[in-house]
Amino acid sequence: MASQINNAIDQLLKRGLLNLALAVLASVTIFGSPHLSYAGGISTPKADALPEGTKLVPIMYLRELRKRPFPVSLLDIPPKNEGISGAHLAIDDNNTTGRFLKQSFSLEVFESKDQAEIVAEAKRLNDSGNSIFVVDVTAETLLKISDALKDKQVLILNAGAPDQRLREQDCRSNIKHTLPSRAMLTDALAQYLAWKRWRKLYIVTGPQSADKLYRQAFLRSAKRFGLKIVGENNFKYEVGSRRSDGGFEQVQKQIPSFTQNAKDHDVLIVIDEWGQFGDYFPYRTWKARPVAGTHGLYPTTWHPGVELWGATQFQNRFKRKWNRVMRPLDYNAWMAVRTIGEAATRSPSLDAKDLIAYIGSPKFSLAAFKGQKLNYRDWNGQLRQPIFLTTAKLHVTVSPQQGFLHQLTELDTLGIDKPETKCKGYGQ
Amino acid sequence: MRRSRYAILLATVLGTLSFASNSAFAVKVFISNEKDNTVSVIDSETLKVIKTINVGQRPRGIILAKDEKWLLICTSDDNRVEVYDTKTYEHIKSLPSGPDPELFILHPSGNPLYIANEDDNIVTVVNIDSGKILAEIPVGVEPEGMGMSPDGKTLVNTSETTNMAHFINTETQESFAHVLVDNRPRVAQYTPDGKYVWVSAEIGGTITVIDAATKEKKHTITFAIQGINADAIQPVGIRIDKAGKKAYVALGPSNRIAVIDVETFKVEKYLLVGQRVWNLYFVDNEKYIFTTNGTSNDVSVIDVKKLRTIKSIRVGRYPWGVVATKK
Repeated sequence: MASQINNAIDQLLKRGLLNLALAVLASVTIFGSPHLSYAGGISTPKADALPEGTKLVPIMYLRELRKRPFPVSLLDIPPKNEGISGAHLAIDDNNTTGRFLKQSFSLEVFESKDQAEIVAEAKRLNDSGNSIFVVDVTAETLLKISDALKDKQVLILNAGAPDQRLREQDCRSNIKHTLPSRAMLTDALAQYLAWKRWRKLYIVTGPQSADKLYRQAFLRSAKRFGLKIVGENNFKYEVGSRRSDGGFEQVQKQIPSFTQNAKDHDVLIVIDEWGQFGDYFPYRTWKARPVAGTHGLYPTTWHPGVELWGATQFQNRFKRKWNRVMRPLDYNAWMAVRTIGEAATRSPSLDAKDLIAYIGSPKFSLAAFKGQKLNYRDWNGQLRQPIFLTTAKLHVTVSPQQGFLHQLTELDTLGIDKPETKCKGYGQ
Repeated sequence: MRRSRYAILLATVLGTLSFASNSAFAVKVFISNEKDNTVSVIDSETLKVIKTINVGQRPRGIILAKDEKWLLICTSDDNRVEVYDTKTYEHIKSLPSGPDPELFILHPSGNPLYIANEDDNIVTVVNIDSGKILAEIPVGVEPEGMGMSPDGKTLVNTSETTNMAHFINTETQESFAHVLVDNRPRVAQYTPDGKYVWVSAEIGGTITVIDAATKEKKHTITFAIQGINADAIQPVGIRIDKAGKKAYVALGPSNRIAVIDVETFKVEKYLLVGQRVWNLYFVDNEKYIFTTNGTSNDVSVIDVKKLRTIKSIRVGRYPWGVVATKK
């Protein structure tokens, strides 16, 4: 056994070096060609190359390459391997437990800009015997994949679409969501504003449809936690060159005049999911008011500065492997792949049927550096989880806030709860 | 919150009353304060902090060595083990530890020292006299808990993300058995007769009792406290009395110590202590148990005979580990 472990360690070490080299290569090419397909770090082990008696759990990763303008801050430009890197780290974590249990996990990545191509690939993969998918795609694509695999024994783990409708009227029993819905994020923020008694809010919303969905979610949260919207305005922008020599001179005048006539408020809520203008608001508003929403103080599943609940080593592992910090999408994908690992460790067999049943059972729990066990809501497949409220550099607090009570678990004070859900017949 | 404050107030009153019955000879209790980079020294007779020692960064695991002459501290962010004189509190030397040492345990013979390197997936073996690293043993992801069989032949290490207890032969320095436990195992503790190993799972919320001979899981202990959400019950530190009758388990953010019958595995009582209690230690020949309460920055003192929390003592920020001299 010991020599086997040593071999495994050797392999891991070699892989680590290989990954580092790949990460360096990747970081060089990031800015060069934004839509180059990225294959990820670890080559997929084939079943016939595994040690005798070891069973393979293949996980498919589908990613839709979406066109988005670069955010205004250089710090926020997404790395090419965003999400996939987290999935690979979870494969490593799964495999360290797996090597003691004779299980091996692999990741196969497919990326495309074309929705039809992704759906066709999902079908092809399923036809060749694959049943576990981690997906980072739009809500529309996700529903198409789900419906294409409707009558099959599959599990689709959503790591990239926060849309409420996927958990509500358009819920699908073959989907589980590791990333929180927008409602969970805005509830997390609203609870803290209520706790601070910063009740009077002025909302500025961007032009994207994602911004409008975030606004809807926020309005619901505000009502739910007794906050008052004193006024609203829409922020318009033309997508253009974010990189020009200068620009702050105009912004410095534009934002104060934009907020000059806002009715008196405690906090200005800025809603800009694509990062096109939100960072212009802090320190530039007409009145000295804190900014929250998608910028300033914002809710998120993960933050690279967090060291709570033993996360230091987790952050370090990711940084060593990929030579960059862990972003929320990386974390969401890590949780998806770890969900499969956790089920494989404890379910009676590695058959898709047993794994899926175990994940849906009350026995399932995921340890994900959030200070408590996480599991999936059985009425819509959403992962329950605490949400960080952070500034650009560090967390300010973690929601649910103390004092917001629930008869089952306080985590269900975040998002649409069972009695109000429009998701019918989930899991049947 | 309100309830625990009331309990502390009550405990303080009771504590003052019980001074008269204290034994005459005092021992020293050492508390590592994770966020303050200090160690608080408490006198067991007066139950007062008599000294605060400045140590390296992020002190966590803390034990005694060399017939209680040395105090050993894992200073995690300095990647070393620091050695202090338990009488003069002077820094004697530092030992290499491998990266990010968190918990460690001495061989019953007094040497060597086995250190869990949380950030490097290894257990480092160090000779405390020569300061030489003797071996590095590969284990699971985020090694943490360290338990030693009374005969010194077997070391048990837990790995927080691999969720296993790894059994290591201390002679060959190789692991030979791996037992799956619940999520995020923190502490491994042998029963005094060496027959069983108790492993706490912080996120799983359980204690797994493993048969040390067969490596089979004998029992899983679960907890339920009225009015406390199950998510907040997070077992970490385990201590079992010398007679092997009663076990005491620190339950993290539920702010309780569970008292468990070792034979029947029945939880007999939950004792209210400070907030986010992680570690505990018998003091003054099992007269007291001291607990480290991370988020309330204090230590609770439990009267073992009465099974009551009698006092809380303010220490540094985020008290983590605790150890006490026997004489």
